[in-house]
Amino acid sequence: MAQSLEVRGVSLRFGGVRALTDVSFAINEGELFSIIGPNGAGKTSMVNCISGRYHPTEGQLFYKGRDITGLTPNARASLGIGRTFQNLALFHHMSVLDNIMVGRHHLLKNNFLTGSLYWLTGARREELQHRHKVEEIIDFLDLQSVRKATAGTLPYGLRKRVELARAMALEPSLILLDEPMAGMNFEEKEDMARYVVDLNEEFGMTVVMIEHDMGVVMDISHRVMVLDFGRKIAEGDPSAVLADPHVRRAYLGEEDEVLVDPDDVPAATESAA
Amino acid sequence: MASPSLIPAGDFRTSYAADTTIFPTRTSRNFAIAGVLLLCLAPQFFSEYWLSILIQIGIFAIAALGLNILVGFTGQISIGHAAFFLFGAFTSAYISNNAPIPVFFAIPLAGVITALVGLIFGIPAARLKGLYLVIATLAAQYILLDFFSRAEWFSGGSVPASAEPFSIFGYTLRGDRQYFYVVLAYVLISYVLVTNLLRTRDGRALVAIRDHYLSAEIMGINLTKYRTLSFALAAFYAGIAGALYAHYQQVVSQEGFGIERSVLFLAMIIIGGTGSIMGTLMGTAFVVLLPESMEWISLRMKGGIIDQALSLNTNITFLREIAIGVIIIAFLMFEPDGLAHRWRQIKAYWKLYPFSH
Repeated sequence: MAQSLEVRGVSLRFGGVRALTDVSFAINEGELFSIIGPNGAGKTSMVNCISGRYHPTEGQLFYKGRDITGLTPNARASLGIGRTFQNLALFHHMSVLDNIMVGRHHLLKNNFLTGSLYWLTGARREELQHRHKVEEIIDFLDLQSVRKATAGTLPYGLRKRVELARAMALEPSLILLDEPMAGMNFEEKEDMARYVVDLNEEFGMTVVMIEHDMGVVMDISHRVMVLDFGRKIAEGDPSAVLADPHVRRAYLGEEDEVLVDPDDVPAATESAA
Repeated sequence: MASPSLIPAGDFRTSYAADTTIFPTRTSRNFAIAGVLLLCLAPQFFSEYWLSILIQIGIFAIAALGLNILVGFTGQISIGHAAFFLFGAFTSAYISNNAPIPVFFAIPLAGVITALVGLIFGIPAARLKGLYLVIATLAAQYILLDFFSRAEWFSGGSVPASAEPFSIFGYTLRGDRQYFYVVLAYVLISYVLVTNLLRTRDGRALVAIRDHYLSAEIMGINLTKYRTLSFALAAFYAGIAGALYAHYQQVVSQEGFGIERSVLFLAMIIIGGTGSIMGTLMGTAFVVLLPESMEWISLRMKGGIIDQALSLNTNITFLREIAIGVIIIAFLMFEPDGLAHRWRQIKAYWKLYPFSH
């Protein structure tokens, strides 16, 4: 299988704080890859390095075999790396529709001149074509009833979904989801998990997900990486990672009675998260 | 209260094309067209004085529109807008005086040249935010004004530069009654262009930067490019407006285009509503008409009971200045979203009348 992303020896320091230390891993095309770890472990820092928010102090990032370490976030978006944010980052005063249309920025060709002349330059036709694509995403995520609503007025669960829609509109081949299920109730989590699986299987996107809900992580991810204090302490098959004594000590918490059945784990971790 | 995202009953749209129209309903579009047609008749019925006020509103509304792209839609700030306005005025006068280019082409050309100057001043702006940007644009204002007073070949120095009257294919338009149509055409074109801009890719990019620049960048928007572009667009419309003003007055001088005029442009879009295209027009009309109506009131008061009781005498003119200040402060306190917001509230109220609760 071809590699989608390769992270080679990435370290990230803010002054004296070591957010990431020599992290290396590779993600294959079509994989659903989860990053877990305790709070402050460097998960979001890692995603920020991939999406270009942060530039690693050391190390390199390769996307589809190409070195992207020095690229700006907008250049990476054009290459097909999309992401959502842990704390919502929607365009609050824009409608849901416009929010999603912004995601198609790098796919649209009209500019401030052709856009201003709308009818004469084919900008209208292009916008309408892309509106069709956006409506497909709206259908998929069940956002029809709120497409005209202002994003800032929506409830939390819907905003999370709009953010996912916006990232999908980029038509990324690699999508980074930073805690897509944080703060959701059980049903919303179930919906979101379904969407994530569909992203991966139906839309063929490679997914990198940060998530604290161990039940979801174990159920849907193909491989899991565990970070602790900015270091990678485990990587591999979900059940193998779960059984790793380092992981249990760092994240899940050790108990006298060792839990092996992944279905029992959520209750234990939800209070920790 | 009705939410503005609600679509009125019976307004069905069966295609995406029907969903991207400028006016939400056919009625509102017809009203707008009727309004424009009525304005076309204005020179027949209005006195020269009121026509000159309408022309001023039109010209300043174009400049304010440019500022609203920058402040209202991109979330940047500029207090050097009057300098770009003046630059457009001098440029158009200079071109039409010194080159064999008719005024008809000199006006858009002045807009483009002003946009290029705006681009230069926009480069540092792409890296600055908030108060630092205010200072940078303040510098732009003073640098340009200083340039005007030194470059006598360009601006005539202390003597006001003269500008030719507007002519089209050898036919010269004279007087307010004819110039009114030129301004009306420019207002319509620029408002339609900006409306189109905001429903396409680059306009959305500007608003995205205003709302959340970090996630805009992650969505593939080049922040530096679009912040600079927004400066150039603002300067373009300021330049067009300035050029129109030059050929209207037929003389251009620095008088009255200092920092206070830049602040007045900001007042127009704040009163009208930042980030609202129609609000820009309303705010400009408000700011231009405010001194006029205050003048009228103070004239009526002269010799009246209040005047005698307070023995105001000559101070009555100062009362006008105070009133303008008070009204602007009241606006900022009670209507921070501007006239556009109030207008939407009124519309929403009437939509459901008498069952608005």
